[in-house]
Amino acid sequence: MKILVCISSVPDTTSKINFTADKSAFDKNGIQWVINPLDEFALTKAIKLQESQGATVTVINVGDAVTEPVIRKALAIGANDAVRVNLDPKDSYSTAKEIAAVAQNGGYDLILCGKESIDYNGGSVPGMVAQLLNQPFVNASVGLDVNGSEATAVREIEGGKETISVKLPAVIAGQKGLVDEKDLIIPNMRGIMSARTKPLQVVEPTSSDVKVQGVSYDSVPPRAAVKLVSPDNLDELVRLLHEEAKVI
Amino acid sequence: MAVFVYAENINGVYKKAAFEAVSYAKAVADQAGETVTAISVNPTDSSDLLYKYGASNVINIKDEGLKSFSAKAYAQAVSEVANGNIIVFPHTTDASSIAPMLAIMNGHSLITNTLAAPESLSPFQVKRKAFSGKGFMHAKSEAPGVILTVSQNAFGVKENVVSGSEEVKNLSVANEDTKVISHEQSSGKLDLKEAEIVVSAGRGLKGPENWGMVEELANVLGAATACSKPVSDIGWRPHTEHVGQTGKAISPNLYIAIGISGAIQHLAGVNSSKTIVVINSDAEAPFFKSADYGVVGDAFQIIPALTEKIKAIRG
Ligand SMILES: Cc1cc2nc3c(=O)[nH]c(=O)nc-3n(C[C@H](O)[C@H](O)[C@H](O)COP(=O)(O)OP(=O)(O)OC[C@H]3O[C@@H](n4cnc5c(N)ncnc54)[C@H](O)[C@@H]3O)c2cc1C
Repeated sequence: MKILVCISSVPDTTSKINFTADKSAFDKNGIQWVINPLDEFALTKAIKLQESQGATVTVINVGDAVTEPVIRKALAIGANDAVRVNLDPKDSYSTAKEIAAVAQNGGYDLILCGKESIDYNGGSVPGMVAQLLNQPFVNASVGLDVNGSEATAVREIEGGKETISVKLPAVIAGQKGLVDEKDLIIPNMRGIMSARTKPLQVVEPTSSDVKVQGVSYDSVPPRAAVKLVSPDNLDELVRLLHEEAKVI
Repeated sequence: MAVFVYAENINGVYKKAAFEAVSYAKAVADQAGETVTAISVNPTDSSDLLYKYGASNVINIKDEGLKSFSAKAYAQAVSEVANGNIIVFPHTTDASSIAPMLAIMNGHSLITNTLAAPESLSPFQVKRKAFSGKGFMHAKSEAPGVILTVSQNAFGVKENVVSGSEEVKNLSVANEDTKVISHEQSSGKLDLKEAEIVVSAGRGLKGPENWGMVEELANVLGAATACSKPVSDIGWRPHTEHVGQTGKAISPNLYIAIGISGAIQHLAGVNSSKTIVVINSDAEAPFFKSADYGVVGDAFQIIPALTEKIKAIRG
């Protein structure tokens, strides 16, 4: 079985998000880059299938050379090889198109993604890849088993969950629950050393089609200073919520 | 010409998110001088509910094959009836699974997580959530067709009664690649993303046995419950309640955070809440910097007392 895992390189979760002075772009100065946390669930799931079913795991990233440390980390976690499409992606569509182009000829049985990336929060790439490849798609997946040419995925729905059988090849977008948090793999020294010699293929993009542009960005306006209420005066809190904030 | 909107239902019953999406579509349509056509798959609820928020036309897709959900088959069905150049979806799990597939089918652009009515229609520009609520992006599309997903609780549900008409479309979309084996829905529980009030607790609650009082406070407020990530990681609460950067992003009118430190990853999922109340024994907890109201004190004394006081005013 061949698995393709899509990873995006995103600002570390503790990053303060700043924009350039003219507000036209995200300010990358001083940012630490990490594997998108939701993609880590997908990658770990793939490594588990590698261990249990002898699957080969390829990671793909659409990004410029700056993302290579993050790709090496995915290799250190256990992926067999990697592809980087040499394009600083400008929207979900261009990213999905490049992933689909690589997947088209790769003969992958399963494409695993995180359900969204925590930078632009598009949540669009996995579904777009599925449609571009004309494959079934299960989103928000919190469980997955593979059995021959079929997979059983559990997806989260509002107020519950649903178990679905899916014909492979398919695209599955996962989130926390796809594997347990405690099972996420932290690369060890052996992994880090072997990652240096694993194949990382760089391919050029097929096009530079963009459908959506970020024209400007704003930071979240700060909240007014907190109004502290004494624990002995909760009537005042109730009054404020009722009369001032008008939320109860 | 019409602005289309996907009115999502669960087991035939319209979701609040559907009314919000219709309200949003109505605002777009007014801007464009158009009308709203709502599309729903196998609804049992009355179309009157959609006219109330501004849909002048409702297309009810009847298809036995769509009794269970498949993102691809649903996208196919919507694609067959929606031939407008703006299609609005709520940003729910189902709708945000359908929308990207539909965007590719139709050659439309897709802008997700929109927060407000469009800033301009031509070129199309709209404000959306980015960086997990730590920033906003103004997204522009030059494509002839645009699909939007509206972030829940951002635009709000706005009544706008129109006289409408209903159309039934019988389809039989192929749905062979996926099959729903089982479907579990906890009934009677308020959906976290739709809830207007959320009571949330963190590691400060010490153990799962103490959640009874959190639930009781939520009960008297008609609120949903949530938790911080470590709480669901340890298994005190189901992971479906985990809010934050790697959990659910929510934007209720009122978010009450009890015994939660306010780490940046937690804030990322909740800082678009309209009003935030923080209850924490540590006056230095970072969450107080992002709160509107705060109480420094012991949750174990404050929660029951607050519950009683709210009970009293809610009578
Ligand atoms: C990649 C990554 C992603 C993450 N994503 C998320 C996410 O999505 N959501 C999330 O929540 N976290 C996330 N985290 C974790 C986050 O950094 C914090 O660790 C977490 O939010 C802390 O949870 P907590 O506030 O419940 O616990 P703690 O940090 O232990 O804080 C408990 C708080 O309770 C207070 N307290 C203790 N006793 C009482 C009492 N009797 N009465 C009142 N207050 C009391 C304490 O003063 C303290 O402030 C993520 C971390 C990483 C690295």
